[in-house]
Amino acid sequence: MARVRFTPQLRRFTDTPEIDSSAATLCDALEAAFAANPRLRGYVLDDQGHVRPNVAIFVDGRRCLGAAALADPLGPDSAVYVMQALSGG
Amino acid sequence: MNADRAWVATRKGLFQLQHGAGGWAVAGTAFLGEPVSMLLPPDASGRMLAALNLGHFGVKLHRSDDAGAHWTEVAAPSYPAQPEGATGPAWKLVQVWSMASANGVVWAGSLPGGLFRSDDMGSTWQLVRSLWDRPERLQWMGGGYDVPGIHSLCPHPTKPQELLLGVSCGGAWTTRDGGATWANTSAGMRADFMPPEMADNPNIQDPHCIVRCAAAPDVLWCQHHCGIWRSTDGGANWVQLTEVPVSVFGFAVAVHPQDPDTAWFVPAVADQQRVPVDGALVVNRTRDGGRTFETLRRGLPQSGVYDLMYRHALAVDDSGRRLLMGSTTGGLWASDDGGDQWQTVSLNLPPIAAVRFG
Repeated sequence: MARVRFTPQLRRFTDTPEIDSSAATLCDALEAAFAANPRLRGYVLDDQGHVRPNVAIFVDGRRCLGAAALADPLGPDSAVYVMQALSGG
Repeated sequence: MNADRAWVATRKGLFQLQHGAGGWAVAGTAFLGEPVSMLLPPDASGRMLAALNLGHFGVKLHRSDDAGAHWTEVAAPSYPAQPEGATGPAWKLVQVWSMASANGVVWAGSLPGGLFRSDDMGSTWQLVRSLWDRPERLQWMGGGYDVPGIHSLCPHPTKPQELLLGVSCGGAWTTRDGGATWANTSAGMRADFMPPEMADNPNIQDPHCIVRCAAAPDVLWCQHHCGIWRSTDGGANWVQLTEVPVSVFGFAVAVHPQDPDTAWFVPAVADQQRVPVDGALVVNRTRDGGRTFETLRRGLPQSGVYDLMYRHALAVDDSGRRLLMGSTTGGLWASDDGGDQWQTVSLNLPPIAAVRFG
């Protein structure tokens, strides 16, 4: 199961459930987290469903970049970290 | 309106002010550390809204049902899916720049230029497509931001179907049928920052702030990028006022709620130098519809001042006597007598985006 963790910086705004997911893609794993807390979606994704420019997502130590990042594949034991980039103020 | 309460939206939180025997003082904070871009002060039942602009995590909206004692996050306005090939700014909420309520409707103006309405006090929002889909919107330009935005919302107090709004840079727009149709109502404004043949184009005007007189709603005042304008016919025609001392440049304007001839402005040197003239903080007041102005200085620092009052940071209360103004460097000043005399409330607040009574 891939595990999805969120930066503690988000906890002051909304619940950040730690999710174990059998999802095959980053997108599906995030959707599992958003199902647990629908409010979380707007903190990670913008109006168009894109990863916010100052949110940094890492899968197994590699940053997911670009418009297609949400389609990045996950392995059965992937570690997903949704972090706050230090850009953006 | 609670005449003894006011709100200051800042780069680092929302500050509640209370007026006591010693004048205004900070009585509480909310969202400390977070940027608050705009607020809607409490209605008669205590319901109010605050818009946050979190640097990393987007725009958020919070509602209080008890005049700021407790807050709950509610849905922020959100743009629908951007059609393939749509030009212009991305359909993404950058900031809630303005909020106003009238006749049971809450309006929110945004960067990048969308107007949203809520009929349930912010629980849900709808993009006003009749304005967003106007082809002229694609000619709007950013004014102070990379994308255009709606900063002024002037609902008509007695005509529920009528709303005038201000866009930087897209002029003034008016609906008289509840948002079904819109017309640009910027005739008379002039933009010196454009090529001469485009200076009168209503769709590129930069009205920094527009306010409407509550008692005489056809009278509107505008602090424009290029000077001061006034309309006495609901925005159909705008007349530039030229007898303005100190400087015609500024961002903020407030109009007396009962007297349409009285308005206040806070001048700065020019767009290229956004500081008070000669380092002296002053307020320009007219009481004759803009034919003449007085420059008010009593109680305001008159040397070494570099404070700028941004467009939403000058407010007048329902009586027309109390004024508050806050600066982008965290200074806050108050008057209890229409601007004749000012008191310093604080010089140490975070950068101030908006000031509201209520």
